[in-house]
Amino acid sequence: MGPGLSAQAIWRWTAIVIVHLAVVLIWYIAVEVGDVPKFVLASPRETLLSLFDTYPWFHNTMVTTAEIFGGYFLAVVVGVGLALLFSWFRTVDTLLMPLVVSLNMVPKVALGPLIVVWFDYGIQTNIIIAFSISFLPILITTARGLREVEPDLIDLVRTLRATRRQIFVKIQLPGSLPYIFSGMKVAVVLAVAGAVVGEIIASDSGLAYLIGQVQVTLDTAAMMMAVILITLVGVVLYLIVLGLERLVVVRDARVETV
Amino acid sequence: MTAQPPGGGVPFIRLDGVKKVFRTRKQEFLAVSDATFDVNEGELVSIVGPSGCGKTTLLKIVAGLFPHDGGTLEIGGAGSDFDPARDVGMVFQQPLLLKWRRVLENVLLPAEILGLPMGEARERARGLIDMVGLAGHEQKYPYELSGGMQQRAAIARSLVHDPRLILMDEPFGALDALTRERMNLELLRIWERSRKTILFVTHGIAEAVFLGTRVVVLTAGPARMADRIDIDLPQPRTLDMKTQETFGAYTRRIYRLLGVA
Repeated sequence: MGPGLSAQAIWRWTAIVIVHLAVVLIWYIAVEVGDVPKFVLASPRETLLSLFDTYPWFHNTMVTTAEIFGGYFLAVVVGVGLALLFSWFRTVDTLLMPLVVSLNMVPKVALGPLIVVWFDYGIQTNIIIAFSISFLPILITTARGLREVEPDLIDLVRTLRATRRQIFVKIQLPGSLPYIFSGMKVAVVLAVAGAVVGEIIASDSGLAYLIGQVQVTLDTAAMMMAVILITLVGVVLYLIVLGLERLVVVRDARVETV
Repeated sequence: MTAQPPGGGVPFIRLDGVKKVFRTRKQEFLAVSDATFDVNEGELVSIVGPSGCGKTTLLKIVAGLFPHDGGTLEIGGAGSDFDPARDVGMVFQQPLLLKWRRVLENVLLPAEILGLPMGEARERARGLIDMVGLAGHEQKYPYELSGGMQQRAAIARSLVHDPRLILMDEPFGALDALTRERMNLELLRIWERSRKTILFVTHGIAEAVFLGTRVVVLTAGPARMADRIDIDLPQPRTLDMKTQETFGAYTRRIYRLLGVA
């Protein structure tokens, strides 16, 4: 919250960089010293150089990014929206919450092939798969956040004859923001997984599709590069969510996930 | 000091045989039975009793949070216009500050809900923050304050809409002993300056005697009112009164009523 970077923040960022570089270093040493065959594990250098191969990296990265971001955005809108409906209409909550809990148990990855059957393959289908995997945690945590209000606090504003609207706007909604963000952070990982699952099941573009393509030729370096790019897309999305959280949620109220 | 009611001998709050029964599917539970006492305007009345004796229930009945099942409850005295929405301020054991609001914004919450003119309310809130000893902390978030300071903010919040009656439910129960003593003195100072009527629920017998112009003693299940005791100690109260014989006599009497001594 404070302006500029504190010594603590500088140390934290340094640590992040060091740890990541260390992983690359260990990777490098493992390949060089361990004398691992190239098709099993490519060196960091080879992996990076694969970017200059003729694969359509940019196009595929854009496709995967669109799927992840699109599915994720839908998940936030629908997840938060449904949670609001649940909190406004008790009957909806009573009827649908048990269903949500059951749905949460469904292995969403297994639904992938079905979704492809229903919607044909393509970017929009992978958006739907990414969405279907990632919206439930947002819905569940938001619903919980909206419910989690100190009963005494409600009594306090009830003595002031607060309207339901006032209670919602001034207490419930801001109080649920930390929960919404904790659900959103979990959902990033799931949206990435969803897009990848969709591309692997059936698609004609995207980074995970590319992995399937180059696997045939045992181009391990390119496969690894694709994995790294998918990860980077996920990290960018995660950082955007963290930044938003910093803007709207007071430090003490944040729910720590990872 | 015994405050005389302004309205020709009619007390500000009058409870006569107030009763509250909670019903579950299988059984009835008598939470409050036959509470009978008066509170004059400007008085600080303590309600003391063990946990589960119905003192919080009693407070919530006075707050209008739920109805009673028998007896009479009159607030506001004769002919005065007591507005239950605007004239009640509440303080609980937990400060219940909104984590995402700064102190000043927290104190302003009741004014916002009641739709009071915000310019005036802001002025008032600043004055109250001063009075409770939080000057300079207006722009801090609750997590930057100690428990005692948070409770001071909660007291300022209970006063911001200028209510005539403040209801306090073990407001210092979660504080350490030393902070609690300090807050007792603060409360007396605030009470003297604001001239509000205060109902103060506690399970601390010494606290009840030290603060109250009068103490209402409730006993646990079967919940009932054991006694009302006028506390005839001079105002303003000071800490060394606690070591005086009269103070000891009052607390002994209450201990006995509660079956401890």
